[in-house]
Amino acid sequence: MGAVETEKLIGPRATTSLVSRASPLASSAQQVQVLRRLDLKDFPVKLKPAAIDIFQINVGKLCNMTCRHCHVDAGPDRTAEIMSRETVELCLAALDETAAKVVDLTGGAPELNPHFRYLVDQCVARGKQVMDRCNLTVLLTGPCRDLPQWFAERGVEIVCSLPHYRKRNTDLQRGDGTFDKSIEALKRLNAAGYGRGNPRLRLTLMYNPVGAFLAGDQKSMEREWKEGLAANHGVTFDALIALNNMPISRFLEWLESSGNLQAYMETLVNAYNPATVAGLMCRNTLSVGWDGRLYDCDFNQMLELDARYADGRAAHIRDFDPARLAARSIVTGRHCFGCTAGAGSSCGGAIA
Amino acid sequence: MDTYYKPEHLPQFSTIAEGNKKLADKFFDYYAEVFKAGALSAREKALIALAVSHAVQCPYCIDAYSKESLQQGADLEQMTEALHVAAAIRGGASLVHGVQMLEHVHRQVMA
Repeated sequence: MGAVETEKLIGPRATTSLVSRASPLASSAQQVQVLRRLDLKDFPVKLKPAAIDIFQINVGKLCNMTCRHCHVDAGPDRTAEIMSRETVELCLAALDETAAKVVDLTGGAPELNPHFRYLVDQCVARGKQVMDRCNLTVLLTGPCRDLPQWFAERGVEIVCSLPHYRKRNTDLQRGDGTFDKSIEALKRLNAAGYGRGNPRLRLTLMYNPVGAFLAGDQKSMEREWKEGLAANHGVTFDALIALNNMPISRFLEWLESSGNLQAYMETLVNAYNPATVAGLMCRNTLSVGWDGRLYDCDFNQMLELDARYADGRAAHIRDFDPARLAARSIVTGRHCFGCTAGAGSSCGGAIA
Repeated sequence: MDTYYKPEHLPQFSTIAEGNKKLADKFFDYYAEVFKAGALSAREKALIALAVSHAVQCPYCIDAYSKESLQQGADLEQMTEALHVAAAIRGGASLVHGVQMLEHVHRQVMA
């Protein structure tokens, strides 16, 4: 993507990327070290994969926003890490070898990958349920303005980030002006038929806590978000999912710099809920990185903890082998406590 | 005891059962039931608890219910409004007694 095009991506900025600041935490190895040095118990469960239900593709780290809590360290400066057409084709070939029903597209802002529409069309043509993880504000940028209608024509499910139904916390986490832009984008999605109870045009909001505390009761929040957004903005949606923040990348940086890291990790460990283990997303999801490397989940991807075959070799989409992948062990670490705390946390929200 | 209030006492709350387990069990069961979402949401109950915490000036409760309010999806503006409700009631409780004062004054001062 050239300089002129990236200039168009100016969106709300709560911070800047770790990479642009040459922060030590830009290194995934450094992040793993920080977590290992803490005085904490280790993740207690060994996990094996189940069948792949969700084929998750991270198409790149480019984003028009730079949110404080981003575990991807995404931003407008991340123009180098974009999935190529060749890797997209390899993903589609691999997808054909699985029985996955859902293709989960994430980023960055996945819509900014130049091959995004091709990938969506190919997945829809294969009869897959396609899910786009959308930051909302990107739908107001020039090249994406037609996307609500384009998505609706293809029945793409939209899972979008909105940390609060009121302005303050949304803008604190995601940058000044985010809330107003998000509401405008939600109105455009509503106008395209999303969020009105039609199962083909499902609009899901995704909530992350705006700080060092866990996600609360998902059902209770969904009720209040629905009331708040309808009463104040005339916006409707179908479901809200609540995810805990992972101690990775920019959220890890914030935890460290605010003196919250040890206490937050203790909160996660103390809230460990064994009932979440069976439903952990790493068990039924395969996560593909922008460069074709394979992971157990998007969080392992950001820590560069590759999925490995039994012989120790890191798995890659170019030599995709579902049978050998099924025999692997899932890579775990202390960050995994983020998915097992309280009601649990997955790309689909609470687990238990 | 070098100080009356210690943050580590909060997670030790359940040790109060040492002197009478039956009463403690009843209290904690009741407490857990009270805070379940019902006619009021978990967020609304957390905000009420936060306001009462300030009215009774309990630092343990303020610690617990600041966190709980955030966790249940409240934001700073909502939490601050809850506190002003507590402050208004506390202030109003003082001021409304002024009517008693007025009665004393009117009874004892020549009109």
